[in-house]
Amino acid sequence: MSTGTALTGTAPKLKTSAMIASFADPGQKTASAPFGHALVKAAQENDKIVGLTADLGKYTDMHIFAQAFPGRFFQMGMAEQLLFGAAAGLAETGLVPFASTYSVFAARRAYDFLCLDSAEPNLNVNIVGGLPGLTTGYGPSHQATEDMAIFRGMPNLTIVDPCDSVDIEQAVPQLAASDGPTYLRLLRGNVPTVLDEYGYTFELGKAKVLRGGNDVVFVSSGLMTMRALQAAKALAAHNVDVAVVHAPTIKPFDAETVLAELNTDRLAVTLENHSVVGGLFETVASAVVTAGLGKRVVPVALPDAFLDAGALPTLHERYGLSVQRIVAKVLAELG
Amino acid sequence: MTATQETQTVRTEETAADRLDRISAAAYRIRHHALTMGEVQGQGYVGQALGAADMLAAVYADQLRFQADNPDWEGRDRFLLSTGHYAIGHYAALAEAGIIPVEELETYGSDDSRLPMSGMSTYTPGMEISGGSLGHGLTIAVGMALGLRHQGSAARVYNFLSDGELDEGSTWEAAMGAHHHQLGNLTAMVDINALQADGKTDTVLRTEPVTEKWEAFGWYTQRVDGNDAGALLAAFDNAAAQAAAVGRPSVILCDTKVGRGVPLLEHREKAHFMRIEEHEWQICREQLTAGYEGKASR
Repeated sequence: MSTGTALTGTAPKLKTSAMIASFADPGQKTASAPFGHALVKAAQENDKIVGLTADLGKYTDMHIFAQAFPGRFFQMGMAEQLLFGAAAGLAETGLVPFASTYSVFAARRAYDFLCLDSAEPNLNVNIVGGLPGLTTGYGPSHQATEDMAIFRGMPNLTIVDPCDSVDIEQAVPQLAASDGPTYLRLLRGNVPTVLDEYGYTFELGKAKVLRGGNDVVFVSSGLMTMRALQAAKALAAHNVDVAVVHAPTIKPFDAETVLAELNTDRLAVTLENHSVVGGLFETVASAVVTAGLGKRVVPVALPDAFLDAGALPTLHERYGLSVQRIVAKVLAELG
Repeated sequence: MTATQETQTVRTEETAADRLDRISAAAYRIRHHALTMGEVQGQGYVGQALGAADMLAAVYADQLRFQADNPDWEGRDRFLLSTGHYAIGHYAALAEAGIIPVEELETYGSDDSRLPMSGMSTYTPGMEISGGSLGHGLTIAVGMALGLRHQGSAARVYNFLSDGELDEGSTWEAAMGAHHHQLGNLTAMVDINALQADGKTDTVLRTEPVTEKWEAFGWYTQRVDGNDAGALLAAFDNAAAQAAAVGRPSVILCDTKVGRGVPLLEHREKAHFMRIEEHEWQICREQLTAGYEGKASR
């Protein structure tokens, strides 16, 4: 876990690690390349599944699929418009493509191709986006801090922000089985395994209450659910009882489950690995307003800004995604 | 046996002259349909439709395998209209092919019509993709060609694009991808009318030398008079013999004339969106018919 030492100036500065830094804590249980293995498993049962990438197979765990099914893998080169246009074409012939690249390139560069070629005809094209939110220290060129904001406006598109290897393993076959286009915020490499301890199963379109609590309710998605659970444990030491609701499907959003939890006197906090603009917070806020709840909601999210380059623990601390920053924020809110 | 197979059986006994007459007659009817649709709207992309009519006729009356009463037939060849605004010409070709009724053409561009101004797959039988955002068609065509080949289908993919779409980088991404993946089942047809929304192509963004570009991208490249049905048929035959068998994608670059077949429009100042006065539609049809009958009687 980040200790925030880089901010103090007294400890050696952390270095920006590889492009894709692991956000697993030291000693944490992880699974290797859960997406790649889940896609192989799904493909063994569904011969319509094919894989594509835009020169990022190794960096999106698509290489696992390519090795298992070389005849069902198509390398499209560093050409994201072609990647997603071709994915639509493959789907038009009845296949079920999973097409991977980094989230920045899918959301920013290829939007028009996803929107008109897959979403408008409602094709079963599955977008797999690496480096969602703040999961690399390489700066704004690679940090997809606004990918959900961009994609939420696209009709027909299902958006999934998984927490861990359990979510990913269970989501992949459901994404393949759902009719329209989907966007998966990929966690790759050694991905933490967290939700197995909560009797949890991923259901597309559903939010799940992972733990109850009397004082505070967290609504979280993506890797921030892991942080939410860790923060809930840390807050227990302060005699603060925290409930955690995991909402991995951002669109369509399970407002019913989330609003049932928010319609209490507890402090409500959303936690997301995404800009405060257009992601989970605004999804929850619009559900709250639409239902007329008049409930205050506190966001833990990335700022509406281009973020710094640097080491991931440093940046998570700086922008408020670390457990200690979450704990401090909650305690301040509770006064 | 399907209707399509029966048609092809008959065609094997057809002379070259008969084949050419068949395409010319189809092109005439496509042009006539386009004028009818244009008159309903009072304006529209009639100039482009007239220019592309011979290309559309060669495709629908000679190349494509399809079942008119079952436009979603799995074994069909796919024709992808990348230039959505050419839908007026495509609807005319779909009517000529029997996929949509001729009477329906009068609904073109009207509220609740299956024939919107810009072609969309969700509206119209036989329309494979939603074009209009230019530079998409060839990328989708690459995926379709890959997918059909992967599933052992003998179906071919034809992508109709305009020379304006050569401005789009995605077209060239797709051109590279098609060559890399050796898509011998893919044919691109580029309508080079040398006209874009803001003016002549060479003043908007110079795309020439077009032939050399496609050759450099590895495609079997032919450049023909796109208003010469005989040249178009020969190009398709060459492509089938030279490229398809060796897994090479094929492009037919078609130089066409906006307004072709109607002298009144051929000589009018060229515009992306051509204005035609109410009293001129009948003149256009008469000129079209006179030209076709004159040629046919020669």
